[in-house]
Amino acid sequence: MSGGSIIIFVLKIFAALVIAIFGIVLGLFCKGIDRKLAAMMQSRVGPPIRQPFLDFFKLMIKENIVPDNAVPWIFNGAPILALVSTISILFYIPFGPIPALLGNSGDLILIAYLLAIPAIALVAGGFSSGSTYASIGAQREMVLMMSYELPLVTIIITLGWRLNLAYPGLKVFSLAALSANPIWGLVGPLGFIGALLLLFTLVIVTPAELSIVPFDIPEAETELAGGVLVEYSGRNLALFQLTNAVKMVVMAALTVALFFPYNIAPLFSLSGALASVIDTLFFFVKLIVVIFFEATFIRVAVARLKIDQASVVYLIFLSAIGLLGLLFIAMDYII
Amino acid sequence: MKLDKYLDRSLWVFHLNTGSCNGCDIEIVALLTPRYDVERFGIKLVGSPKHADVLLITGPVNRKMLPRLKLIYEQTPDPKAVIVVGTCGTSGGVFYDSYNIVGPVDKHIPVDVYVPGCPARPEGIINGVLKAWLKLERLRGLSGKEVEQKIEEVKA
Repeated sequence: MSGGSIIIFVLKIFAALVIAIFGIVLGLFCKGIDRKLAAMMQSRVGPPIRQPFLDFFKLMIKENIVPDNAVPWIFNGAPILALVSTISILFYIPFGPIPALLGNSGDLILIAYLLAIPAIALVAGGFSSGSTYASIGAQREMVLMMSYELPLVTIIITLGWRLNLAYPGLKVFSLAALSANPIWGLVGPLGFIGALLLLFTLVIVTPAELSIVPFDIPEAETELAGGVLVEYSGRNLALFQLTNAVKMVVMAALTVALFFPYNIAPLFSLSGALASVIDTLFFFVKLIVVIFFEATFIRVAVARLKIDQASVVYLIFLSAIGLLGLLFIAMDYII
Repeated sequence: MKLDKYLDRSLWVFHLNTGSCNGCDIEIVALLTPRYDVERFGIKLVGSPKHADVLLITGPVNRKMLPRLKLIYEQTPDPKAVIVVGTCGTSGGVFYDSYNIVGPVDKHIPVDVYVPGCPARPEGIINGVLKAWLKLERLRGLSGKEVEQKIEEVKA
């Protein structure tokens, strides 16, 4: 290895650390905004925005109980695996004008796989904790995961396929290419409807990815007492909370990169450093708006579904909507 | 492990019914409604004792619930506080000396705060949680072992 590549390697590691810490802080901050907005929608005052940070620091000082009949290495390893895989998604997602750290070496398909790992870690942790509630929760998590995977993949395939038709030879699954050529500009009126349907699919898949209310069946606090997380306490629970917070940012950033990658600076004909600062700020505004519609609004507006209902919603209705979107976009191209 | 100021801004509460008539339980649920809204103090009702910092116990302890009460107390990770809500848990109330009651609660597990009332008022329960903060504040800055020593001292 030459001197230059070593320096680049060290710089990349440093950048990865910065992104990891920044992602965690941003995630907890978004979680705080989410809780505040939910409280305001219920005409409550709500917790302060820094509440998730306080919860995290509190959980870190609590006792960490490992049940007697748990498998300790899986039980303790699952939260770390979940957090690491979630943070590693951040390296592949562009944050507004800031390009992704590893944008050249990973694409949307890798992200789809990485998104499945926290759920698998949760399932492994639930089964290994040796509690009936946790294993019921883990089974439900598995069923849910299998249900929402098809609509999610439909979105990815459709976007990549349409981009390939427009610009053959481009790396169509890379997020940089997808956000440089948003779907809205590639299609006609019929395809526009198709793209709207795909956006709707992504918005409904997100609550299941984040396990929040209409689809928080694996964690169902009222009947499963916390489900997969029931035996987790202290540091392990804190890590799972972090995972959830970072995943919220990941899903919102993914929605922004796929469907709303527009920048505000060209409107005011700005350029240089000021433009990138304004665009980054605009990206965070978009992020919070997307989180409001993907997470907060849905979770306050509706009650929890049963697991069979959720499966039907994803496997039949949402898959149908996603495939309809695909069909519209295909027809738009053929006509 | 050191206790710090974050604990009293983020108390997670587990509610345990040991044979209560549901009066106090409804008052506890009333705390979460927009009128009292304890979430603004960071107080949250959780579903598992493993996630909890504070146990809110209602009801006189009946024979069937006694082993569960002890189990749930032990499942709650340290540092923790125990609040008894309602007259039944405090003294036995109208069930005092009943053949099927083995309570009150403090006969079996250490209790930090009593909130009397039949049922206890939501303001009273908020006040009780504040008192539990005071206990956790006294333990602040101590490490895990020192907390155990201090608890032993207070017991003796």
